[in-house]
Amino acid sequence: MNEHADGGRVLEIENLCAYYGDSQALHDVSLKVAKGEVVTLLGRNGAGKSSTLRSIVGIVQRRTGSIRFNSKELIGMPKHHVSRLGIGYVPEERGIFSSLSVAENLMLPRVVQPEGMTKDDIFCLFPNLEGRDTLQGTRLSGGEQQMLAIARILRTGAKTILLDEPTEGLAPVIIDQIGASLRVLREKGFTILLVEQNFRFAAQIADRHYIMEEGHIADMMLTSEIDANKSKLEKYLGV
Amino acid sequence: MFELLGISPQVLMGQLMLGLINGAFYALLSLGLAVIFGMLHIVNLAHGALYMLGAFLAWMLWTFLGLGYFWALLLVPLALGLVGVVLERTMIRRLAGFDPLYSLLLTFGIALILEGAFRHFYGVSGQPYPGPDIFQGGFNLGFMFLPTYRAWVLGLSLVVCFGIWFLIERTRLGANLRAATENPVLVQVFGVNVPLMVTLTYGLGAALAGLAGTLAAPIYQVNPNMGSHLIIIVFAVVVIGGMGSILGAILTGLALGVIEGLTKVFYPEAANVVVFVIMVIVLMFKPSGLFGREM
Amino acid sequence: MQSHSDKTGMIAKKRVSYRVMAAIGAFLAMMVFVMPNMLYPIFLMKVMCFALFACAFNLLVGFAGLLSFGTAAFFGSASYISAHAAKVWGFPPEFAILAGTAAAALLGLVIGAISIQRQGIYFAMITLALSQMIYFLALQMPFTHGEDGIQGVPRGILFGLFDLNDIMTMYYFVLAVFCAGFYLVWRTVHSPFGQTLKAIRENETRAISLGYKVYYYKLVAFVLYASLTGLAGATKAIVFQLASLTDITWQMSGEAILMTLLGGMGTLVGPVIGAAIVVTLENYLASTNLPVTVVIGGIFVVCVLAFRKGIVGELQAAWERSRNRRDR
Repeated sequence: MNEHADGGRVLEIENLCAYYGDSQALHDVSLKVAKGEVVTLLGRNGAGKSSTLRSIVGIVQRRTGSIRFNSKELIGMPKHHVSRLGIGYVPEERGIFSSLSVAENLMLPRVVQPEGMTKDDIFCLFPNLEGRDTLQGTRLSGGEQQMLAIARILRTGAKTILLDEPTEGLAPVIIDQIGASLRVLREKGFTILLVEQNFRFAAQIADRHYIMEEGHIADMMLTSEIDANKSKLEKYLGV
Repeated sequence: MFELLGISPQVLMGQLMLGLINGAFYALLSLGLAVIFGMLHIVNLAHGALYMLGAFLAWMLWTFLGLGYFWALLLVPLALGLVGVVLERTMIRRLAGFDPLYSLLLTFGIALILEGAFRHFYGVSGQPYPGPDIFQGGFNLGFMFLPTYRAWVLGLSLVVCFGIWFLIERTRLGANLRAATENPVLVQVFGVNVPLMVTLTYGLGAALAGLAGTLAAPIYQVNPNMGSHLIIIVFAVVVIGGMGSILGAILTGLALGVIEGLTKVFYPEAANVVVFVIMVIVLMFKPSGLFGREM
Repeated sequence: MQSHSDKTGMIAKKRVSYRVMAAIGAFLAMMVFVMPNMLYPIFLMKVMCFALFACAFNLLVGFAGLLSFGTAAFFGSASYISAHAAKVWGFPPEFAILAGTAAAALLGLVIGAISIQRQGIYFAMITLALSQMIYFLALQMPFTHGEDGIQGVPRGILFGLFDLNDIMTMYYFVLAVFCAGFYLVWRTVHSPFGQTLKAIRENETRAISLGYKVYYYKLVAFVLYASLTGLAGATKAIVFQLASLTDITWQMSGEAILMTLLGGMGTLVGPVIGAAIVVTLENYLASTNLPVTVVIGGIFVVCVLAFRKGIVGELQAAWERSRNRRDR
């Protein structure tokens, strides 16, 4: 049931350059993500991973190049139209609103496609969120806020998710929970572009890994190749 | 008890009622200001001029088109809403990324233009505007006489204020608004057309000012200075209540109207400045305002 | 050993110094000999008073970075005190002006101490509210005579020697006052104190972390601003022999902002030019049918939207651009 003419490529980025004011954050970034794949962007702090995600949803000041989602060009599109194509974004800072309750946070993003998860499905996946409806969004713990940030995207029916460092600052138990939920999403056929510094976490759920360095793509590895190239990887990540 | 204070109950209740009516206007106007400040982070110094424009529009509808009070109640807020939308789209939006003090100066300039224009054509004396016949007369409540029109003003203001509060705090649209105040970029990524919301919010604030102007027309004479007279007090109200707080604006507006009224009874010379004194005190101890959150 | 660039730097500085001295000399010569014959001295005096008024405000907003909406409180109160001192207490003009300035300085200390505790919009709002309180005080206090104001203020004999009723004597006195005030602003800006103010304006948190008592720096700047504004107001009362409510309304505070914005915030000469333009414009408009407030408001809007650097600021930017092109 492949609806995409160009070989199932959901996301295709070519020669993306991004600028914050006068400084250039991304230099000719090119990558592809196929339907149903889970791909990670690995790299040190400041390598340009978050900037890549931000460029896709349109949050950077200036972009050149091409970002195609299901063959539609995203550069030049008004910011509030991007999600309608079926992309969900979970930012690095999670973006839970303090002036909204948990329920309001959950319902905020616009529904973009019909088969979004119901509240019950979401509570199955993230039981911690159940029964917290009226609580102020920022009163949740860090891990719960992360789950909420993912959950509200799942509600919209978006089948492609951009996740920026979901495990940052979380306890190992919560990290496992989130990893498990991401694996569930993968089973369900979601396409995920994941930014991570923790490559062990990345290796558990992703098929492919792009390694970024100083604003460009330095290398690409399949998960199967990681063991063989551990030292190269560690050098890139400055571990 | 009243004899002890040397004030007759009639005078006291009369002033309290006057104070409450003033408070209703303060609440309506500061609600508009708070909504605008919350969403756009600008201090709308043109708000008083928009209020005056509303009152004049009501008067013009009656004088030139023979359309009475209830027409004005409907048309003036709509017209002012449109004016607000135009102002935001053409001018205010251009200052979005800059220091908010520039938007303050821009709205100040707009106020000067509006007030100057009306002063030029209509001078400084007031134009009388007849209240609706249906609201003439009043009720004798025993301890005081309550004019019907004043009761109507109070009632309608409270309904509108509560309605807006409900819209912002309890509805989905309000959630979008509150979220956009906090992180407009992220909300746009979530599919909400934030620039449109910003424009409409300014329009809503202007519409509220227009409604207040129409309500005020039968009570206070319609004159070009009516806005600048009121605007600074309304600002003090918003600052005391908390600049982004809807509830704060409403409650503080009502309360300060009453306090002003009481001050007129017991210490009339201070009535003009009591609001400012309270503002300075509040700013010293709770700078984000009584109901505000630190911005 | 001094490097070549150090030497040329020093020579460049000396050249600039000579140029500045020449400019000042030319200006003074013009003001002393030429202008009074070309334009009405009374008009020029009005310009100078408001130029000082705008320079004082610019010191606060352009250099210290604090937008005050309460300038009228200092301008008007100094005006009233000076007028009252000259008319009712019989002070000679120099003491009347001194009294007005001192009153403004004191008021500046009080209002500043309260307002500076907050920043940005809140600071502006507090100054607005406090100056409104002063307005209502002025409205109600008997000595100001409310709507009539204090009229028929005697000009008196300056230092017991110079009869200020002679228009040219008055003119030179006002010129001297203006020059003194301008010089004070200039020295303040270029002093270590001024540099610290600039640092605070650009990055307050860093200044605090460096150990500067930011509050006191701001307070001193505020009192200076209030005093110089007061000097302008007190002098104006003697020149025009009138102190009125107009001087203490919040619209007058707005004029200070307009003059500075139009001329160029943060430049030394900008406010002078802005004041000259606004006074000229208001004078001209008063004789026509055009509504002054509308025109002023229009200029405000245009400036804020498209012309934020002001006249002098834009000229400076253009000069920088052409210099950059030359250097390439």
